[in-house]
Amino acid sequence: MFQFEFMRYAFLASTFIAITCGVVGVYVVARKFSFLAHTLSEIGFSGAAFAVFLGIAPLWGMLLFTLLGSISVGELSMRSDQKESAISAISALFIGLGVLFLAISGSNSRYATNILFGSIIGVDRQGVIQLVILSIVVLLLIILVQKQLNFDSFDHIGALSHGIKTGLIGVIFLVALAMSVSIGSQIVGSLLVFILLTLPSSTARYLGRTIPAMIVWSVLIALLGVWAGLYLGFITNCPVTFFISLIEVAIYLVAYFVHVIRHKL
Amino acid sequence: MILNVKNLTMRFDTKTIFKDLNFNLKEGSMTALLGPNGTGKTTLINILMKLLPATSGSFQFSKNIRLGYVPQFRNIEAEYPLSIQAFVGLNAPLFKTKKVRAIIKGELEETGLNEIANTRMGEASGGQKQRAYLAQALLDKPNMIILDEATASLDPVAKDELMNLIRHLNEEHKITVLFVTHDVPLARKYMDEYLYLNNKTIKQGKMSEFKGDYE
Repeated sequence: MFQFEFMRYAFLASTFIAITCGVVGVYVVARKFSFLAHTLSEIGFSGAAFAVFLGIAPLWGMLLFTLLGSISVGELSMRSDQKESAISAISALFIGLGVLFLAISGSNSRYATNILFGSIIGVDRQGVIQLVILSIVVLLLIILVQKQLNFDSFDHIGALSHGIKTGLIGVIFLVALAMSVSIGSQIVGSLLVFILLTLPSSTARYLGRTIPAMIVWSVLIALLGVWAGLYLGFITNCPVTFFISLIEVAIYLVAYFVHVIRHKL
Repeated sequence: MILNVKNLTMRFDTKTIFKDLNFNLKEGSMTALLGPNGTGKTTLINILMKLLPATSGSFQFSKNIRLGYVPQFRNIEAEYPLSIQAFVGLNAPLFKTKKVRAIIKGELEETGLNEIANTRMGEASGGQKQRAYLAQALLDKPNMIILDEATASLDPVAKDELMNLIRHLNEEHKITVLFVTHDVPLARKYMDEYLYLNNKTIKQGKMSEFKGDYE
């Protein structure tokens, strides 16, 4: 399978994406941002459609929209009493805009499908380099503030009482999250990117009792999903995204039921 | 004096929470901050912790002050995944070198949590959680510790356990204690002095002589 250049690119890109989403996901779940991650992926869809309309690469449109979206939605969800409704409204607006951009750009439906459901097999050399660089930027951002991010994500009140600048940490994390959504969309698509951002890390919460342990589990589970997904996609010709979601959901459910059974007995 | 408060006043919009508070705390003292709910005890603590600016007045800690603070509410749900040790370690350097781990272990021993250090915080009892919050604050090596309603949700046994631990910290490690509570009998049993915040003013005295208009 590795004799094909496109498979080598696909593996390399998805390895970095899985590591990034696995790490960022631990904080997404700890901060209860799953819904926000989902909304951001819809905003990402709109951004990609906007990029198609402008005739530039979808990744850049996604980055632009998710960065703007994460800051505004993040602010809104921190302040508003009705954050779920507010986020729903924004997400509806952006999906609408995405549909509009696709329609007026006159591109065919294949493009929309690629944005929504991912097209890892279509990643070229330049695309791989972009994804790897962006992944490294996200990981560096996290490492830069990890002590404070750990404290704030897992004990917000404790962090506040220790004078940690939780507002600033929140913004830095939202930027990292927006970038993760944009790059994650490249393999599983914007409709399903929250799978990689929430399921491996949710599973990791049952397996690890320290933050490093959760990060290791989360990354391993994300890697297993994308690698197995690519392989199965290659031999069956079914969509890679389908296998990735199936694998991640299956691992999550097993961990969940084991956890439930252990605590009932 | 470890703390000196002068004419401290707090207003939210037009509502005066308290006015011209004056009091001192001695080094090594055990003081209960008493008062009915809603009189501004937590507001006063937030001002002392510099989490909230006072409307007017001033306060001064001694020069060598190292404050430890255990806030009133925490968001620890049943599904919270971190172990007690990892939770306490949130307040330690990121890289858990041998030295850092030894310090964390020391505080877990001090608070009687060493044997259950690997238990998840979400599965710990109320008393164990409170001791973990305390252990986390003790990592700052404080010489004064402020606890806000630390016993409010505990059963009588856990309450006594925590109070004995606090008394031990005071006696053995000379840590000054400011203990916020509305539980007067508990304060009578364990605390030496009181600050009584009510009707926008504060009174100070020996706990044994406390006559509150509520109990």
